[in-house]
Amino acid sequence: MPMKIAKFTFALLTILFLVAPLVAILPLAFTSSVILTYPIPSWSLRWFEELFFADAWRRAIINSLIIGAGTTMLATVLGTAASLGLRNRLFFFRGSMRTLFLLPMVVPAVVLGVGMQVLLARFGLINSYAGVIIAHTVVAVPFVVVSVTGALAGIDERVELAAQSLGAPPVTVFRRVTLPLAMPGVLSGAVLAFATSLDEVVLTLFVAGPNQRTLARQMFSSIRENISPAIAAAAFLFIAATILIGLVVVLSRSMLAKRTRPAAS
Amino acid sequence: MSGPSPRMGRSLLLLAPLFLFLIGFFVWPLFSMMSQAVSDPAVLRLLPRTADVVGEWDRQSPPSMPMQTALMDDLRAVDDDQALGDMVRRLNSARSGFRTLMSKTTSALSDTANPPPDLVSIDKRWEKPEFWIAIADALSPLTDRNLLAAVDLGRNAAGAIEHLPADQSVNRVILVRTFWIAALVTFFCACIGFPYAIIAASLSGWKRDLMLAAVLLPLWTSLLVRTAAWFILLQEQGLINDFLRAIGLIDAPLALIFNRTGVIIAMTHVLLPFMVLPIYSVLITIPKNLMPAAASLGAPPMRAFLRVLLPLSLRGVASGGLLVFISAIGYYITPALIGGPGDQMISSIIAFYATGSANWGMAGALGMVLLVATLLLYSVYARLSSDEPGRR
Repeated sequence: MPMKIAKFTFALLTILFLVAPLVAILPLAFTSSVILTYPIPSWSLRWFEELFFADAWRRAIINSLIIGAGTTMLATVLGTAASLGLRNRLFFFRGSMRTLFLLPMVVPAVVLGVGMQVLLARFGLINSYAGVIIAHTVVAVPFVVVSVTGALAGIDERVELAAQSLGAPPVTVFRRVTLPLAMPGVLSGAVLAFATSLDEVVLTLFVAGPNQRTLARQMFSSIRENISPAIAAAAFLFIAATILIGLVVVLSRSMLAKRTRPAAS
Repeated sequence: MSGPSPRMGRSLLLLAPLFLFLIGFFVWPLFSMMSQAVSDPAVLRLLPRTADVVGEWDRQSPPSMPMQTALMDDLRAVDDDQALGDMVRRLNSARSGFRTLMSKTTSALSDTANPPPDLVSIDKRWEKPEFWIAIADALSPLTDRNLLAAVDLGRNAAGAIEHLPADQSVNRVILVRTFWIAALVTFFCACIGFPYAIIAASLSGWKRDLMLAAVLLPLWTSLLVRTAAWFILLQEQGLINDFLRAIGLIDAPLALIFNRTGVIIAMTHVLLPFMVLPIYSVLITIPKNLMPAAASLGAPPMRAFLRVLLPLSLRGVASGGLLVFISAIGYYITPALIGGPGDQMISSIIAFYATGSANWGMAGALGMVLLVATLLLYSVYARLSSDEPGRR
């Protein structure tokens, strides 16, 4: 019995350690005070107003959306095409290709940032939206590859063979059979790519100019320089977006599971 | 069914865009960072004419007249004092005496009313081949100076590798600190994550789901939000200090932020999911009846754990630990925001060299050290997790 209590207490304390910090920041988004501490004197929406109407924050949000959208499109197209190419088991360099595609997840962001700054400066892409989108795509594309390869692995190849044997040309097989079946994976890959871009700070520090300041970058410098409850409001926005993103991923996963289960049995 | 060759062509066509994209914007940047580390054009840039003629020199005979004229022309053409200073510093480190020789030479060359006929007439030392050998060596655009400096080594006048004096030895301290912080974070993650994963794997239903959700929620949350949250909790007027004071445990607020304690706490929180998930995924493949079997054979719980559960789950602990350690050594944001000046890790120093002082050579050299360490550890991790039994 004491063992059981010890286990329960340990689990509870660890859950508290994991989740409490995320919960603790949320109420501060609605404080009327200018300092970021408890107790909250009274409730107000002034920091959300600041977030949406103060120039620096509003531009940061717009920039994040522009860069996030560009990254999502580029990473999803490149990642999905490459995942389809990786299906070919006869392909000799399949393993090393896959490793190359996943490696950007491993390389420390600062190392990549230094190299990226040198290279993009040479191409004249430094301090431009295109440069930031390219940098974000490099680190976002592994998530698309993982997600889409996972979805493609769940497709029963006999379904595609059946379509082929009924006379469908390869393009039609892809458009009417493969792509719809892989769609949940593509969607969750796209969502993960967007989330990666939204949260990316280090590469942004190296390649973005003052005109491409993203929301994450703005949060970073305001924690560093002048911390205010606007941070908590931005964090609230992020957590709300996370929950939304999580729901989309979970829903698309369960859609995928529903579709592949009859095929696998 | 189509033949193998059109299918192969199609696969290549599909793979090519991402392959080329990553070669251009991932591999190439890393290589240009590394080439920054080993390239040093400081001398070559200022002495192009000298470079042309010194190449034909036999490195033994006294300097020829064309060599002297070329060097004089090059030195007259220099209009950037800082670049000149860089060059003299590099030459002086290869051969002491260059500093005085160069200042004497440049002032003599700037005397336009009475131009010197050759370098030897300015200073007899220009006759000696040693000084010309130093120039010829420094003209090479490749150098190992930055790489050596990254681990606090340097070359002495004779060209042998030796330790830099203590007042210049900052990098080794930071490297040791980086590995030490990463090791501590890995240790704490293992201490919390291993039992947590064991408990989660032993449960079922909503209790297990709750424990896993508690791990996944922070994993999905923005790193910046988590760091901001710890900033709020750990500050002097933060919730942790308020709570400890309210229950009467402390009188004055504890210093939890801008020091090592804060960095370790925040990084442990951020990286804990990377420890729990690999261990958990190994634990659920272990048959549930093994521990009762050990108990029925008379093993006390501790012994059953040490002899049965621990060896079977060690692979998960190892890959979780590697994952945490690899992520931790490259951390930048959390130490930058929660740590003090004494807690900055190698990434912060790289960022400082790159953006603060525009010393691309040192940024590249330290980046190379970090990159090599990361890739080595990752290859161990990849081997550990690829031949894992019972997983797809």
